[in-house]
Amino acid sequence: MSGSKGHSGLVQDIRSKNAGPFWITIDVFCTDNAAFALLCEALSSQAVADALCTPADRLQRFDIAGLSVIKFSAPREVVQGARADRDMHGASYGVLIKELIDAL
Amino acid sequence: MIKVLIPSGALGISVDPDALERGLQMQPDIIAIDGGSTDSGPHYLGTGTCKYSRASVKREWRLLMQARARLGVPLLIGTAGTCGTDSMVQWLLDITREIAAEEGQSLRVATLECSQSPARVAQAFDAGTITPLAGAMPVNREDITGCSNIVALAGAEQINAALQTGAEIIIAGRSTDTAVIAALPLARGCHPGGAWHGAKIGECGALATNNPATGAILIEFDTEGFTVHPTGEGVRATPLTVSAHMLYENADPFILHEPGGHLDVTAATYTAVEDDSSVRVTGSVWHPSERYTVKLEGARLAGYQTISLVLVRDRRYVEAIDQWISQLREAFVQREGSNIAGDYGLEFRLIGSNATLGALETRRQEAHEIGVLVVITAADQQAANDIAKLLNPYLLHYALTPNEPMPTFAFPFSPPEMDRGGLHEFVLNHVMTLERPMDAFALNVVEVGT
Repeated sequence: MSGSKGHSGLVQDIRSKNAGPFWITIDVFCTDNAAFALLCEALSSQAVADALCTPADRLQRFDIAGLSVIKFSAPREVVQGARADRDMHGASYGVLIKELIDAL
Repeated sequence: MIKVLIPSGALGISVDPDALERGLQMQPDIIAIDGGSTDSGPHYLGTGTCKYSRASVKREWRLLMQARARLGVPLLIGTAGTCGTDSMVQWLLDITREIAAEEGQSLRVATLECSQSPARVAQAFDAGTITPLAGAMPVNREDITGCSNIVALAGAEQINAALQTGAEIIIAGRSTDTAVIAALPLARGCHPGGAWHGAKIGECGALATNNPATGAILIEFDTEGFTVHPTGEGVRATPLTVSAHMLYENADPFILHEPGGHLDVTAATYTAVEDDSSVRVTGSVWHPSERYTVKLEGARLAGYQTISLVLVRDRRYVEAIDQWISQLREAFVQREGSNIAGDYGLEFRLIGSNATLGALETRRQEAHEIGVLVVITAADQQAANDIAKLLNPYLLHYALTPNEPMPTFAFPFSPPEMDRGGLHEFVLNHVMTLERPMDAFALNVVEVGT
């Protein structure tokens, strides 16, 4: 996923994946350190929690300057493979965050 | 110094013979590979089966057995057969016997069994030695005894016990992805933080490089840290590709919990090596824990499913798809409810609308067609199939309004009902405290081949 305008231009790639069956983790790779600094400021944890429909106090955030990565982790609201699960590997949650960044 | 060759991210997904050969020329001390994880969902643990085909596993295992014979070093696999149950350890042992006979090899094989009796785990639960991890859902005794399979994840201690048997091949059941790589370096006195960190970097093969598809990677461990060497032609590891791999499938990018302690890479430094394709890492720290715990994974049967797929291409119906589904469901429940015995689940997932994200979906972009995936869950397969058959006429002909010609919608398959079999779900996200690391594991050594 690559962006080309506005805040989406700050992002090189976004990936989401299970961290075991009970957690989801989303890595936002910024294009460089300056983009990382801008996005850290613009992207609130509350907005990410809202997009994932998870309580903000369950969302963990890591701003990793050395990698220009913002990482979010949260317990899955639906456990991997449970009857209501639609995304076995958690691959699509990152799309929500990309669209959130696009709209900033 | 210990060199561990990891031929690919998992046995069964393909081994690049050229990358393997270059790795062998680097004279590794052991060949270690992962055989699975929970990544593909609860079905495999629930049923005690392998995700990959027996044929592809056998083909790749033969390559590795040939490589082992050539170098005379141990060949080690963890989490055999995707889920690492005892049944999958035996499955891979059978494959090993076949190959040994076909290749004329005579071998000592150690098997490490990790399956746990649900009754025994329930006793441990009663005794208070089962502890929930962050994000765990509440469980009770019945949740545990209802599991079809429970495994404990072996760490470096159990893997080392298997290595110490002197076996040429070690087939381990469920193990942490890292333990199969870290075990030998730890046993030979390499830096503990470096051993676990290097194992994490190598656990998915070449995923920590600029060309993950090449599969193989070699990690060189020593008393201060480790060095990452990709073995694929022209493949490079960089400080960025290596350090970024700590993010992968890891909720915390700096901390990794393992049996017996945790790894902290906060202070790790990553340096490109002169050849420009390798990376040197130091500064990782291993913190031993006071209690020795192993993680448990359990899965249980949660019903049986039948699915149907109908395609809606009529513009009027596509535009009113939510209304159509709502009315169809209501009519079905009203008219057919008395014909269905027992509880059941009826779910409509709208492909082209919100099938991926469900309630999280924020976009309502106009589509020109919608695939309606109907998921029926019931107590047994026959019941789920019967409900799908009852529903079929509604999916085929249900009209949006009472006074319009009967519509017909597109079914891509005959029969339209597809039985999915059992639905399994994960139950445990807990650790179990052990007095001694081998308390929950069984180690056996057998002779195979000619």
